[in-house]
Amino acid sequence: MAQIFLNQKKINKAKALGANIAQNIHDYIKDYTTDSVERSVLRLYGVDDADDEKTPLCNKIVDILKKEKLINSGVSKYFAAAMLKTDSHANKTAEMIINNKIDLKKVLSMQSLEKISEKEQTLAQDAVSVLDRSKKVKNAKKAGFPLCEKPYRYVIVATGNIYEDCTQAESAVYSGADIIAVIRSTAQSLLDYIPSGATTTGFGGTYATQKNFSIMRSALDKISKQQKRYIRLVNYASGLCMPEIAVCSAFEDLDILLNDSMYGILFRDINMKRTFIDQHFSRLICTRADIMINTGEDNYLTTSDAVEKAHSVTASQIINEAMAKQALLPDDLLGLGHAFEIDPEMENGFLYELAHAMLAKKLFPNAPLKYMPPTKHKSRDIFFSICMDTMFNLASIATNQGIHLAGMPTEAVHTPSMSERHQALNSVNYVFNTAKNLCDEIEFKKDGIISKRAKQVLDSTIDLLEKINKSGLMSAISQGWFAQIKREPDKGKGFDGVIKKSENYSNPVFDIISK
Amino acid sequence: MNKNLIKPYGDTLNDGIIQLCFTLPVKNSAKAKKAAAVYLSELNLEEIRIVHCHRIAENFTYIVAFARAIPFIDYSKVKADEAETGKLDFYKINKLIKEKLMRKIVVVGASIGCDAHSVGIDAIMNMKGYNHDYGLERYPQIDAYNLGAQITCEELVSYSVRVNADAVLVSQTVSAKDAHIGNLTQLVEILEAENLKDKFILIAGGPDISNDFACKLGYDAGFGHSTIPSSVASFIVTKLLKKKGEI
Ligand code: B12
Repeated sequence: MAQIFLNQKKINKAKALGANIAQNIHDYIKDYTTDSVERSVLRLYGVDDADDEKTPLCNKIVDILKKEKLINSGVSKYFAAAMLKTDSHANKTAEMIINNKIDLKKVLSMQSLEKISEKEQTLAQDAVSVLDRSKKVKNAKKAGFPLCEKPYRYVIVATGNIYEDCTQAESAVYSGADIIAVIRSTAQSLLDYIPSGATTTGFGGTYATQKNFSIMRSALDKISKQQKRYIRLVNYASGLCMPEIAVCSAFEDLDILLNDSMYGILFRDINMKRTFIDQHFSRLICTRADIMINTGEDNYLTTSDAVEKAHSVTASQIINEAMAKQALLPDDLLGLGHAFEIDPEMENGFLYELAHAMLAKKLFPNAPLKYMPPTKHKSRDIFFSICMDTMFNLASIATNQGIHLAGMPTEAVHTPSMSERHQALNSVNYVFNTAKNLCDEIEFKKDGIISKRAKQVLDSTIDLLEKINKSGLMSAISQGWFAQIKREPDKGKGFDGVIKKSENYSNPVFDIISK
Repeated sequence: MNKNLIKPYGDTLNDGIIQLCFTLPVKNSAKAKKAAAVYLSELNLEEIRIVHCHRIAENFTYIVAFARAIPFIDYSKVKADEAETGKLDFYKINKLIKEKLMRKIVVVGASIGCDAHSVGIDAIMNMKGYNHDYGLERYPQIDAYNLGAQITCEELVSYSVRVNADAVLVSQTVSAKDAHIGNLTQLVEILEAENLKDKFILIAGGPDISNDFACKLGYDAGFGHSTIPSSVASFIVTKLLKKKGEI
């Protein structure tokens, strides 16, 4: 591994600040739940159907509980009681509730509280065993293939049509991809429900539905066998349904989820309280089901300058890591994000990129860092664009990154075609092979440009973290300290889905997986 | 030969050389290579050279080719697809507003629909501007309001009415499956329904927007990739002066 000199005391200090910032958020969120957290509980209990208008039943039930002002106690006990009453499976029970055959207002008084609580425990244990199953299944699959070497080659498919996506994925794997991400349709993150069924009509991406997850997972299983290597599947959780997407992903054995604690707030104007609560439960599910999370710090550099605001990426990584630790995520599931986004016209820009990449490696030595290619400054001259990506590929292999998002020649034009993904992977394969062990040969000069730059970014990171720690993360966001985007604590989408827990709130799944 | 007649240039005038790269949905084989050549001949190309064929999936072949294009076009008949801006600079624009319009002008901007991309509209509106050209907020004679991204058409219209906007700037970045057309059309329909269409100078912008395209949808102008803010300000001012009969 390439070496760079950084003061360990400073690193420890930054981490301690991050832990404190995360703890303060945690102290707030522990008293709250959200619509989406409650809907996830229902999904975990087996409610996965939708009605004729394709509204998920779990949404309808949570809406009923909200209307009846019962939601503060959590959906778990009401649903458990209803199941005792119907003596039937989850979807059937859900239908009966929705058709007014069971009155949730009265259902608790129809059984003894012990019985209800017992039923909740059984449901929760079953739910958790489904999460555990996913972990086992994935491990068994991976064991059947040789270990995949890092950096993993990651590409996105985004046709809008899940079947076409499978064709594109097959070709990408053929050209060397190890990870396939199915990016979601524009604005799905703002839907307060998960669409259902197989879909063929997305814009700039394909809808995340449980059915689509399973279609792509089976396609990749087939390709894995053909190509004799395990192909990982990625989807995106950030949005209004973070924990529910995590549940569906666990059901369908996804490997990685974009799951950032702040992305939805900054880039989709989702309410920050909602997001903080949702990301926590979502990540607990990831931990249990062995789903790696990817964070989205790279995006900050699209609205801010990559040199000027490099420290905001580092500060956010430290906060994201600390929040992930609150959700018990181990280091090997922490795909913290960063990016190669410096203006190509800057002299010695590549040296700065190496400094930033090394800093991330040094701060998170055991995390599979997610390294993003140039996007904002990508040229519409697609041939120059390939040159930019080649330099990015070199930075990635030279600093031994974890997950390498292949840059696309047409980044500044459209979502990539099959040809373009092939061109991109061609360059990645070439560079990763020709410079394979370069990282073991490098020691950056102690007082050179690169070491100095890494040190400078770390110092600015500590300053920023100190400021955030003083003001609190919510206030920091409202002052625009990340991505230069300002969001207010009580504004934004989904705020009406933030629910204060009552004294007798119950969510036994949460209790089990947060231990 | 008429010197207005042109075709692509490789290394000799009128050689018509072009590069092509595409994928065919068939297994890589001699037949696939031939199919690529046949296809290009159907496109009216000649001296076709298929220089690279590569299997990129079981049944897909990636192809790189060169060929000569046959037709010429008459350059003198081509009309540029660009808004006529008058190309005034920051100082000239402020001076004209102050002296000829004798009031500040009001500009409202937003990225509409579910489009979350704000960097484009920010580049036009924010102080800092784009490519060393100041944004509209920096103009002393312009009151610029940037509503940001994910703004509904209704919000944009009601805000523009409230601040009595002279010009409304709309940004659209996502164009996959024609997502932008729906949003841009909806805005025009709302303005028409409320009889507000002629009240504002309506301008669309974004990487995939051209002037012709925007005008067809009912906009006064459209600005594409790499637009600088002064071009937009220049267009607005020129248009307002025309309206007032000053030019
Ligand atoms: C930054 C970025 C993002 C950021 C946006 C952050 C933000 N707050 O803006 C984030 C990460 C949020 C994002 C999300 C998505 N993105 Co995006 N994104 C980009 C990226 C990398 C850069 C865009 C940019 O900022 N350019 C810089 C600005 C200055 O340029 P500009 O927008 O062209 O603006 C100039 C001109 O067009 C013009 N202009 C623009 N607007 C206006 C308005 C007026 C009135 C005028 C006069 C002029 C004008 O002036 C500007 C200055 O010259 C591009 C790729 C690229 N390099 O272009 C992809 C890209 C635009 N994104 C894309 C996609 C698909 C998405 C997603 C849909 C992905 C997904 N499935 O989730 C989501 C969108 C979600 C949503 N709801 O909209 C595609 C769009 C494909 C297409 N043609 O439809 C691109 C091209 C990437 C790709 N190749 O796939 N993205």
